[in-house]
Amino acid sequence: MRQSNIGWLFLAPATLILFVVGFLPFIYILYVGFFDWNTNAVDPTLRWAGLQNYRSLVFDTTFLNSLARTLVFAFFVVISELLLGYILARALMADRLWGRQFFRTIHTLPIVVAPIAVGATWRLLCVPGFGIVPYYLKLWFGIDYNISTNAYHAFGTAIIMDLWHWTPFVTLSLMAGLTALPKEPLEQAQIDGGNKLQIFWYVIVPMLKPVLLTTVFIRLMDALRSVDEIWMLTKGGPAEATRFIGLHIWINVFPKTDYGYGAAMSLLTLYVTIVLSWLLFVAMTGRKGGAQ
Amino acid sequence: MRRSGITSFILWVCLTILTLLPVWWMLVVSMRPRVKLYSKSVLIDDLYWDNFLAVLNSSTFLQYLWNSMVVATSNAALVCALGLLAAFGLSRFKISGGDNVFFWLITNRMAPPAVFLLPLFLLFTKWFVFGDFMLFDTKIGLILLYCVFNLPFAIWLLKGMLDGIPLELDEAARVDGATTGQVLSHVILPLARPGLAVTFILTWIFAWNEYLFAATLTSSAGARTVTTALAEYVSVTGTNWGEMAAMAFLTTLPALVVLGFVQKHIVTGLTFGALKG
Repeated sequence: MRQSNIGWLFLAPATLILFVVGFLPFIYILYVGFFDWNTNAVDPTLRWAGLQNYRSLVFDTTFLNSLARTLVFAFFVVISELLLGYILARALMADRLWGRQFFRTIHTLPIVVAPIAVGATWRLLCVPGFGIVPYYLKLWFGIDYNISTNAYHAFGTAIIMDLWHWTPFVTLSLMAGLTALPKEPLEQAQIDGGNKLQIFWYVIVPMLKPVLLTTVFIRLMDALRSVDEIWMLTKGGPAEATRFIGLHIWINVFPKTDYGYGAAMSLLTLYVTIVLSWLLFVAMTGRKGGAQ
Repeated sequence: MRRSGITSFILWVCLTILTLLPVWWMLVVSMRPRVKLYSKSVLIDDLYWDNFLAVLNSSTFLQYLWNSMVVATSNAALVCALGLLAAFGLSRFKISGGDNVFFWLITNRMAPPAVFLLPLFLLFTKWFVFGDFMLFDTKIGLILLYCVFNLPFAIWLLKGMLDGIPLELDEAARVDGATTGQVLSHVILPLARPGLAVTFILTWIFAWNEYLFAATLTSSAGARTVTTALAEYVSVTGTNWGEMAAMAFLTTLPALVVLGFVQKHIVTGLTFGALKG
């Protein structure tokens, strides 16, 4: 280890770039949020508005509904992916398995496909009149499945699409976590006569906690910000059934050029995201109080 | 163990079919002529390439493809270079507050893009304007911008790799009179090469896949990328499914090609190595 000044020299370029594209926008949006600013308005300059933007935001039902919808979506998605991922990880962890590497590679596929292409693909599958999903659902089960008129179908499809896209990630990361677990505590628990549920709850879950926490955290962050897939699949419709918060900000702020209000919207969303991840962190680590 | 092996094998096969179905359907649709488009068979009936040819003959799409290549490649190269320097600094020097800096660098990746669209749009159109040049609607703008999610990733991945290179090697080189720069170029760089390759491929894919920033911060054919082409295509033509599928397939192709090489690193990379996979 050498003295610090030269170390900073190596760190400087990366820090500078991230300051410009990561930190500056944050400060700037914090500033703009306090102003009334619409470049297409009669007065296109910044006018001080104090907390007015935030005040209107609290009564903006479209925004609040969209936020709530996003939370519901994220909740469903994260819980089902975790359950499904864990079950699959356990089921798929046979010691010797023919073609294991091949299967893993196939399973990694959805993770690297561009979200926009995922959306396009699912649109091809599900779009009424063309896709095979509505066709065979009607043919085999007599279900009228239509994502462009039925809000529940659209919402459900968004969830299933996300499951397709990200469950493999949860499965693979839990498999990695499970493989790395030490064997002794498990054997000890079996000798002591613990049943499967007890072993799962008192031995596996605590040992797996770091992995679970990271996986849930990453999935939650991604679920809260998913835009591309939904945009391709339903464009946020029918009506606003699948208009999640990122999409809401995106399709509202730019056409309306209401920048001050958009800034407030973005910041509140960021705030909710941070609070949620903090709550998650506290819940999962059992740590109470603020900063350590 | 034997029985569970068979169950697990069958489960893997079923899952593989489920995983591949959407991608397969995309391929099937892309190889169908217009007259057969509404057939509900899930098999490829004949090798029909006109959809791909139509997409690849469009000069706009080729331009977008080229933009994506340039942006993804430059960004991955930039991120690897800066990431290696930063990782070297963090791994080999005692920096006051180094842990906090590292943490801050990493958190940039978690930022929700939709939240930062507006300030970035405003900065790109109103602040980063130098005479006639503005960062909005340029490839350079995108290359710099993609650092926000790729650079933390590269720093994290490369730091882990540099930490694994024994410090004794540095010391030995220094005893032989090597400067810090020479240690980096003659000791660290050769040993970090495989790690750099993985970092390059993964960051390249992330940059290639990005849509929201590209859609918001570019407006002309000079800078827009393939992902925006796909989205535009869907909103413009609505029901030309064959060509849309071909375009989606071309967008996915690079990821399919490199998947085998980096498969092991993807999960580790995405979880920031909180788990050793």
